[in-house]
Amino acid sequence: MATITYRDALNQALREEMQRDDRVFLMGEEVAVYQGAYKVSKGLLQEFGERRVVDTPITELGFAGVGVGAAMTGLRPVIEFMTWNFALLALDQVVNSAAKMLYMSGGQFAVPMVFRGPNGAALQLGAQHSQAWESWLMHIPGLKVVTPGTPADAKGLLKSAIRDDNPVLVLEGEMLYNTKGEVPDGEHLVPLGVAELKRSGEHCSIITNGKMVLVALQAADQLAKDGIRVDVLDLRTVRPMDEAAIMATVRKTNRAVVLEEGWSASGIGGHVADVIQRECFDDLDAPVLRAHQADAPMPYAKNLERAAKPDAAKTIAAVKRVMYLDS
Amino acid sequence: MTNIRPTSTSTPPSGTVAARPSPAPVNAAPSMPAAPPASDTRELHRELLRMMLLQRRFEERCAEAYALGKIGGFSHLYIGQEATGTGAISVLRPDDYVITTYRDHAQAIARGITPRSVMAELFGKAAGCSHGKGGSMHLFSREHNFLGGHGIVGANIPIATGVAFGIKYRGGDQVCLCFFGEAAVNNGAFHEALNMAGLWKLPVIYVIENNRYGMGTALERASAVNDIAERARAYDMHRAVVDGQDVLAVRRVVGEAVQRARTERLPTLIESRTYRFMGHSMSDAVAGTYRSRAELDEQLKRDPIALLRAYMHERNEISESEVAELDAAVRAECEDAWQFADQSPEPELGALMQNVTVEGDGGPASGDGASSADNSNGAGGAPPAAEPSS
Repeated sequence: MATITYRDALNQALREEMQRDDRVFLMGEEVAVYQGAYKVSKGLLQEFGERRVVDTPITELGFAGVGVGAAMTGLRPVIEFMTWNFALLALDQVVNSAAKMLYMSGGQFAVPMVFRGPNGAALQLGAQHSQAWESWLMHIPGLKVVTPGTPADAKGLLKSAIRDDNPVLVLEGEMLYNTKGEVPDGEHLVPLGVAELKRSGEHCSIITNGKMVLVALQAADQLAKDGIRVDVLDLRTVRPMDEAAIMATVRKTNRAVVLEEGWSASGIGGHVADVIQRECFDDLDAPVLRAHQADAPMPYAKNLERAAKPDAAKTIAAVKRVMYLDS
Repeated sequence: MTNIRPTSTSTPPSGTVAARPSPAPVNAAPSMPAAPPASDTRELHRELLRMMLLQRRFEERCAEAYALGKIGGFSHLYIGQEATGTGAISVLRPDDYVITTYRDHAQAIARGITPRSVMAELFGKAAGCSHGKGGSMHLFSREHNFLGGHGIVGANIPIATGVAFGIKYRGGDQVCLCFFGEAAVNNGAFHEALNMAGLWKLPVIYVIENNRYGMGTALERASAVNDIAERARAYDMHRAVVDGQDVLAVRRVVGEAVQRARTERLPTLIESRTYRFMGHSMSDAVAGTYRSRAELDEQLKRDPIALLRAYMHERNEISESEVAELDAAVRAECEDAWQFADQSPEPELGALMQNVTVEGDGGPASGDGASSADNSNGAGGAPPAAEPSS
């Protein structure tokens, strides 16, 4: 088992899948000569050449559509958005073309492709560069949406996404690229749609995804010092969501906090809370609480940004509240 | 001057062209001899006439079915524009690709999708070419490399560009033919896609069907440049203008572009000047709001079917009674399509949740034609996709 960065894990996934299947190519802004805005594609141009590692103009809608057309006719594109903030320009192709093609063609045209890139707030990038898109994107039938939180999941989920016959959105954590973790040697695939218990406890469940997995684990560490042992359930894939894993953890702990990076309205927490009230009503000892970004665009000032973001302290406060330990 | 290529394929705009179609050679397909025997030419002309008549009669039945509530939703008729789709598609090989907009009934038929299967789709039946899941705006056929009617203006243009990217990636010699209306050229997707096609030199033919109105907004009220083929200059791309009511001219101009795409892998932007004889959809008046009755009457004189028929009469290629026979035959075919669609069963309710994802049909490698293996279209050399472990 090697300890590598999240960035290198993604790079390995791309390299291995491109070695394995000539139909796989990488396209996006600065992916080739510049070696990737975040260096995820470092070395790929040198190894695979410009036929398969393709720099584009700054034209998200256009190259997202190019990916759709290539996927409809037999290739397996990996389309990189420099960040998901820019992908908003391409959402017509993601939502109206990629997600619906199989359905509206009556099953004739699958769109086996990946849209990937960094997601969520980094540090002091201001309102337009600091947003988590998974709750928007998981709304759409026809898409799969994964949010790896660790290097091992980054590699395993991206490889599975590239092999999947559907459009899969891979939302990477901009702040995760430098984080390190153990990644199994050899072929490592993480199935789509399967959550993982990242920490096991019995007093409460923290259900989360993506970059918030690390925040949840920090919160779990601190709670453990007070003798509170929590389950940390990493959803990993938010569409399709592993409802069985949510039910299992809630039936074990009888309390749940849903931690997500984005805003609360129509958020992941709302969806998870619905699963819990529907399937685990009699198992609950307290209402489900949520931790999320403040309901405002992301501010620039350091102190305001810190106040806006969900963090370990806010998560701990929510856990203590559902355990009635907050008074 | 910049490095603009000559517009060798240009013809005068339709407004100045005589009512008679151009007598120029029609055999643009590279595989055809330069001077086919007269009987072959006659057969070709008869087939073009039959195909346009079939589309016309088919869509007349569509209007009737819409009024009776047998067709729902939106329905955008192609009546008046048949020469563009028919002429352009007639020069393709079966392994080439066609992608179009929501005004797609007639082009689907021109590509060889049966009137039965198109009408069944419009009636929302399981036997439809999209199995009742698509409707009027979303006709698809993998068998015919017909990549769909697309409902968002401009969205099919980047997709076509990606199809051409894939052809080049695989080293194939197919081409992608992409239709859209003149209003789409003001859309960002058009600019983004054509820039990449020009930059990467992709085998794609973009056919602007300039019917003068984007819904109810005249070209002059929407575009800063009225000679819209000129926009190709911005992408270092070949361009052409053609009389879109003259099926033989369309065949020739598109044929040249197809040959250029096939042999040189170069894109072309073609402006086909045509006119829509009906409203934008079934819900607007044919004339009286955004265009005058007088204008429409003037344009009706340039009916593409009448023009070809007159041309063939002049050359003694067809008699009045043969035209009547052709017409009777296509009317019967449309009646058959109607009866077939009317009597076909609706989709099973279980179809509702099928095809949402590939797995929804019973596993990633399902045999319904949607799996990656079936999706490769002769890509060759690539391993079959292994499934994620689970």
